[in-house]
Amino acid sequence: MSAPAIELRGVVKRFGGFTALDGVSFAVPEGSITGLIGPNGAGKSTAFSVIAGFFPPEEGRVLLRGQDITGLAPWALHARGLARTFQIPRLFQRLTVLENLMVAARDQAGEALPAPWFARGRIAREEAALRARAMAVLERLNLARHADAPATALSGGQKKLVELGRALMSGARVILLDEPAAGVNRTLLRDIAATVARLNREEGITFLVIEHDLELVAELCDPVHCLAEGRLIASGGMDAVRADPVVAEAYLGMAIEPE
Amino acid sequence: MEPALLYLATMLTLAGIYACLALGLNLQWGLTGLMNFGPLGFLAVGAYTAAILTAPASAQHMGGFGWPWYAAWPLAALAGALLALPIGAIALRLRADYLAIATIGIAEIIRLAVRNEDWLTGGPLGISGIPRPFEALGSPLGEFAFLGLVAACVAGLYMMAEATARSPFGRVLRAIREDEEAAKAVGKNPGAFRLAAFMLGAACMGLAGAMMAGFFKFMGPDALDPVVATFLVWVMLIAGGSGNNRGAILGAIAIWGIWAASDFLAAQLPPELATRAAYVRLFLIGLALQLILLYRPQGLLGERPGR
Repeated sequence: MSAPAIELRGVVKRFGGFTALDGVSFAVPEGSITGLIGPNGAGKSTAFSVIAGFFPPEEGRVLLRGQDITGLAPWALHARGLARTFQIPRLFQRLTVLENLMVAARDQAGEALPAPWFARGRIAREEAALRARAMAVLERLNLARHADAPATALSGGQKKLVELGRALMSGARVILLDEPAAGVNRTLLRDIAATVARLNREEGITFLVIEHDLELVAELCDPVHCLAEGRLIASGGMDAVRADPVVAEAYLGMAIEPE
Repeated sequence: MEPALLYLATMLTLAGIYACLALGLNLQWGLTGLMNFGPLGFLAVGAYTAAILTAPASAQHMGGFGWPWYAAWPLAALAGALLALPIGAIALRLRADYLAIATIGIAEIIRLAVRNEDWLTGGPLGISGIPRPFEALGSPLGEFAFLGLVAACVAGLYMMAEATARSPFGRVLRAIREDEEAAKAVGKNPGAFRLAAFMLGAACMGLAGAMMAGFFKFMGPDALDPVVATFLVWVMLIAGGSGNNRGAILGAIAIWGIWAASDFLAAQLPPELATRAAYVRLFLIGLALQLILLYRPQGLLGERPGR
């Protein structure tokens, strides 16, 4: 049995007196699309930031494919094939859509001085290959015609797609998606869901998805973990999690329709 | 005819030296978003490095090494970069505003050190007799040749800055300028990239200092005025267009032209008014900055959308 893509063991994260994650343990099986649900303030985005190295946890370990990655910097984790997106898209505003993707590629020779001054032919070739790869990702995300537009010109939903595109450019094998459906219209939502499912099926990319749209989670994710107030309260298939009275209690009035 | 040409060459030489400062600041602020309010400090370190290495021996200060300019100038650039290393290593890990505070502080410390460390800098007396490249050609040919050298340095730094801005390295710098957290998420270490950009810009300023010392043939603490060495460079970059290397050069020439012309006009006034005119001049440059920021915040040439 292979090690899970991501595993949290007893992770504690505090901000001053507030405990955002209080001993959270869960696993994201290799090759899965795992869901992370829970009411607002449950600690889902904090869990993402801890996994991706943005804040080190006070206690507990984070493992990537069985290797301890606790406390590694975000760029070190990116180099190991872990990428994340943000709940509110954080694009590089004054860069074009194409540049937003190109900058996300790993191991670019032209990123270290003095190569940009002396190895210009080599960098030009590297850039041409990178541009082709970024255009292919934009085609897949239906954004190719916006390639040369500044990132500010995109709609909210398209920005979500660019976030996903940047994660794809990194060549990541494990991608953390923070609310891919929030603020996205229905058509685009279908596109995003289909793209994630296809990437998972065809390229074997593992996803951990935070999402409030529980219908989407039910359709896409297995297993599902539910957090509330910094603790893991349920895990398993979406049906079982949904039927769990503790989960219904945590959502307090948020509609959880049975099938 | 000849005095007019010589005057023009002097003005263009100084504008070229300012262009190097503005290109350095553009690498830091325009491309990377680093607030350096102390170009003066890097200019001073470059100027004194070149002065000490090239000036004749004197009991007033360290010196007598007799280096030629072409060996001393690269070292002056290196000295600028080396000054940036510890400042950047400490301040760049903190929030953006801390670099602004740290650079103001370091520039003031260097100004005081230059005035007080007589054994090294000659203190208030400064360092005189700094050889100017090509002065052996006599006047006015020597002045024109020096202008040619400064122009070649501007062209070289411009090509370096363009190659930097258009490279994958420059793309990362712009990405960090736009959103540091997102830059981390796409695998970049913002601290390391910022430090590289900060040192590169500081090297340009150090080189500008070496040119200034050679041009005036003298370097002393009175030549280091924050108004002229720091404030004016910011006005040039903002007026020309932050993020645009051609804008940095254009801004340096335009603002230096206005600055020099107003100096000339003030000198025509009766003496009791002329002293006050110096302050009016400063006020006018400040006013021009306000107007640019209000009505053309992108400067004469805005940042071109990257490619």
